[in-house]
Amino acid sequence: MGPFDLSAEIGQIGAWTIYLLVGFAFGFILESAGFGDSRLLAAQFYWRDLTVLKVMFTAILVAAVLIFWSTAIGWLDYDYVWVNPTYLWPGIVGGLIMGVGFIFGGFCPGTSLVGASTLKLDAIWFVAGSAVGILSFGETVALFDDFWHSSNLGRLTLQAWLELPTGMVVFGLVAIGIVVLWVGDIVRRRIYGDSSEH
Amino acid sequence: MLQRPKRDRYWDPYIAGALLGVLLFVTFLLTGHGLGSSGGVNRILVALEDLVVPRHVDTTPYLAGMAGGERSPLDHWIVWQVAGILVGGFLSGWLRGRVRLETRHGPQITPRTRWVMAFIGGIFMGYGARLARGCTSGQALSGGAVLSAGSWAFMLAVFAGGYLLAWFVRRLWQPGGGS
Repeated sequence: MGPFDLSAEIGQIGAWTIYLLVGFAFGFILESAGFGDSRLLAAQFYWRDLTVLKVMFTAILVAAVLIFWSTAIGWLDYDYVWVNPTYLWPGIVGGLIMGVGFIFGGFCPGTSLVGASTLKLDAIWFVAGSAVGILSFGETVALFDDFWHSSNLGRLTLQAWLELPTGMVVFGLVAIGIVVLWVGDIVRRRIYGDSSEH
Repeated sequence: MLQRPKRDRYWDPYIAGALLGVLLFVTFLLTGHGLGSSGGVNRILVALEDLVVPRHVDTTPYLAGMAGGERSPLDHWIVWQVAGILVGGFLSGWLRGRVRLETRHGPQITPRTRWVMAFIGGIFMGYGARLARGCTSGQALSGGAVLSAGSWAFMLAVFAGGYLLAWFVRRLWQPGGGS
């Protein structure tokens, strides 16, 4: 039953190889989907091209269905899966700042790496900017450490917060996702016509 | 009307999304955690910082947690994964003839403006990602799939920030002529 302690099972080198391969597949898929192009990523925010929303939500929902389905049949122990702890307000404020960075810069950290790997100069400048941002955070976090550790709700899942069965939450998210993408596409065609692709 | 480059043929977004979802699931099944990127960049930067100013790293709690004393910030899965992203992105682009030294920018601005905006946007993105304890990969994608409540709140905040500002900076991205 997963998850596994990789370095204990196959050694340090084996574990690193797996992570390298996972990253390789991640980068390959992102580039193939067009995520190395800042214009395609930014078009999301004008509803001109919904590739970002489609790829992200399909990925999240497919992964969620597989994770909870494999938990139900005993392949995976959800209790040992890393669930990002909820620090509500630092997460929301950080997210808003990232939204600003996204619309100005045209990338997020992962997509900028993909853009840089195909020699897009704007992506390389973005990576340089993120380096400055990341280093500045390390130097300034001590000034607002209380806020950074505030609203810590621990391992809070949607199903715990909503007090609903996990299956119902996953089903609900899939339903919402399908409706949002379907209606979103209709709206996009209304605004920009059928000449737009995704 | 459309700014999407016609010469590039990308995968269908639903197929790419489904493949990414399977990859994300396999990663969780094998390793117990998801994908990431900004955390890896962070560790590489802290490793460089540790070479230049080791004493400063040891006395700054946030940095010492990764690189204090004998600890190496590079001894972590996410660093290897980030290296993989660069190789995978490069190979995909190379196979499709997309590895080219160029600048992708909206038609109303010059490459130079685009570089400045990319640099400024990057600063915001890097700072925000550390404040939020993860980026679009580590929080939105990975935390979203395991139904972390905070990750979903985070995801809505990222999109809210982008959509709220999009209209004001439309000159950066929109086609010319009246928009």
